[in-house]
Amino acid sequence: MSSPESTPARGAGIWGVALTIAWRSLHTYVRRPDLFVPSLVFPLVFLASFAGGLTALGSVPGFHFPAGYTAFQFVFVLCQSAMFGGLFTGFSLALDFETGFARRLMLAAENRRGIALGYALVGLSRSVITLSLVTAVALATGMQITGSGVDILGLYGLAALLTLVGYGWAAGVAFRFRSIQAGPLMQTPVFLILFLAPVYVPLNLLKGWIHDVAAVNPATAFLEAGRGLISGVRDETLLAYICALGLIFLFGIWLLTGLRKAETSA
Amino acid sequence: MSGSLSTQVAVLARRSALKTLRQPFQLYPIVFFPLILLAVNASGLKAATRLPGFPTHSYVSFAVAVAFIQGGMFSLINTGTNLAEDIESGFFNRLALTPMRRVSLIAGLLVGVGVLGVLQSAVYVLMSLIAGAHLEAGIGGVGVILVLGSITAIAFGALGCAAALKTGSGEAVQGLFPLFFVLIFLSSSNLPRNLLRTGWFHTVATWNPVSYLIEGFRSLYIFGWDGTALWRGFAVATGLTVLALLAVAGAMRGRLQRT
Repeated sequence: MSSPESTPARGAGIWGVALTIAWRSLHTYVRRPDLFVPSLVFPLVFLASFAGGLTALGSVPGFHFPAGYTAFQFVFVLCQSAMFGGLFTGFSLALDFETGFARRLMLAAENRRGIALGYALVGLSRSVITLSLVTAVALATGMQITGSGVDILGLYGLAALLTLVGYGWAAGVAFRFRSIQAGPLMQTPVFLILFLAPVYVPLNLLKGWIHDVAAVNPATAFLEAGRGLISGVRDETLLAYICALGLIFLFGIWLLTGLRKAETSA
Repeated sequence: MSGSLSTQVAVLARRSALKTLRQPFQLYPIVFFPLILLAVNASGLKAATRLPGFPTHSYVSFAVAVAFIQGGMFSLINTGTNLAEDIESGFFNRLALTPMRRVSLIAGLLVGVGVLGVLQSAVYVLMSLIAGAHLEAGIGGVGVILVLGSITAIAFGALGCAAALKTGSGEAVQGLFPLFFVLIFLSSSNLPRNLLRTGWFHTVATWNPVSYLIEGFRSLYIFGWDGTALWRGFAVATGLTVLALLAVAGAMRGRLQRT
C-alpha cells in the first residue's frame, strides 16, 4: 500500500522518465544525419514535387482555392509531415527495442507509461523542427496565407494532434513487434489513408471510387480543415479536431495495451 | 564452382532470382507498391486530363509508366541488399576464393535482375490493361516494354551492386532509396513537361534522366511508336547501365583488394 507521500513521487516518476527519454532521443536524432536528414528532406521533396510540379492543376475547371495551389499542397505536406513525425518516432522506439535499450529502460523505469510519454514528446519535438523548416521554405517560395493568426494557430494545433495520431499508431505497433521489421506495418496504413484523401484536387473534383473512399476518410477532414484554416474559411475544423482527438483516444488504448504486452515479455 | 562462364552466370542468376522470389518482404514492394500508387494517383489526378494540352483522356495510361521506374528502383534495393548480405555473411568472399571468374560474380546477379525485370514489367502491363489503360503500340509494344523494363532493372540493380560493394552494408544500400525516389518526384511523372508551369521544376524535370525513361514507356501507351521518346528512353537506360557497371568494376576492385 502506498503512502500519501508516494503519490507525487510517482507522478514525478512519469515526467522524470519522459523527459529523460525525450532528451536522449532528441540528442540522438540531431546527432545522426541518417535519422535527421530523411525526415527533413522527404517533406521538402513532396512540397517541391506537388506544389512545384502540379501547379497546372490549379487551372482545372472547378478548382477554386483563394490562397493558391502552393498553399493547397502545403497543407497536405504539413499533415503528412506531422503524422510521419510520429511514425518516425515509432521507428526509433522499435530500433531501441532491437538494440536492447528499450528492454533495459523498461526494467529501470519507475513508471513505464513515462516511456510512452517520453517518445510522444520526441515526436512532437521532431514535428516542430520539420514543420518549421517546411513552413519557412514554403513562405520563402511565395506561399500565400489568407487566414488570420488564430486560423494559423488552429492549423498548427491540428498538426500537433496528427503527430500524436501517427505516434500512437506506430508506438502501438513498435511495442507489440519490438522490431524495426514492423516498419512497413507502421508506415503503409498511414501512407494509404493520406493518399486516399483529396491530395491533388478538392473532393468535389474527385470522381469514381476515390471520391467514395475520400468522402468517409478522416484524412479528408484533416486536409479540408487545414486548407480552410490557411485560407481563412474554417471549413470542417470542428470535425477534424473531433476526428483527431477520437483517433488519439483509440490509438492511446492501442499504445497502452501494446506497452502492457511489451512489459509481459520484457 | 567450376565450369564455363555461362554455367557460372546461369547458376548465380538462378540463385539471385530465387532469392527475391522466395522472400515476400522483397516481392511485396516490387509488385504491390507501384500498383497501389498507380491506383491512387490515377484516381486522384484524373482531373489533370481536363487540362488543355494533356495528351490523353486516360490518366492510367499516362501514369503507368512510373510503375516501371519504381520497379527498377526496388531492383536497386533488393539486389544491393542481397549482395550486401552476402558480403556481411562472408558468402561473397568465399565465392571470390573459388576458381570462378570474377565477372560472373556480378553478371550472375544482374542476369537474375534482368529476368525479374521482365517478370515485373509483365505484371505491370497486365495490371494496367485490367485497370483500363490503352496500349496504343499494341502487342509489339509489350515486347518493347519488357526489354526496356529489363534494361532499366539491370541499370538500377547494377547501381545497387556498386553501393553494396562499396559499403558492404545493407543499411547503406537501403538509405539510397529516398535519393532515387526523389528523382521520380522531380520528373515528368505526374504531368507532361509542357504542363510543368513552375520554371525551376520544368528545368529540373528536363535535365532529370528519369523523365526520359518515363516518357519512353509512356509513349508506347499514349502515342504508339514515337521514335524520339523511345530512343531517348533506351539511351538513358543503356547509359545508366554502362555508368553503373563502371561503378561496379571500380567498387569490385576495392572490395576484392580488401578481401
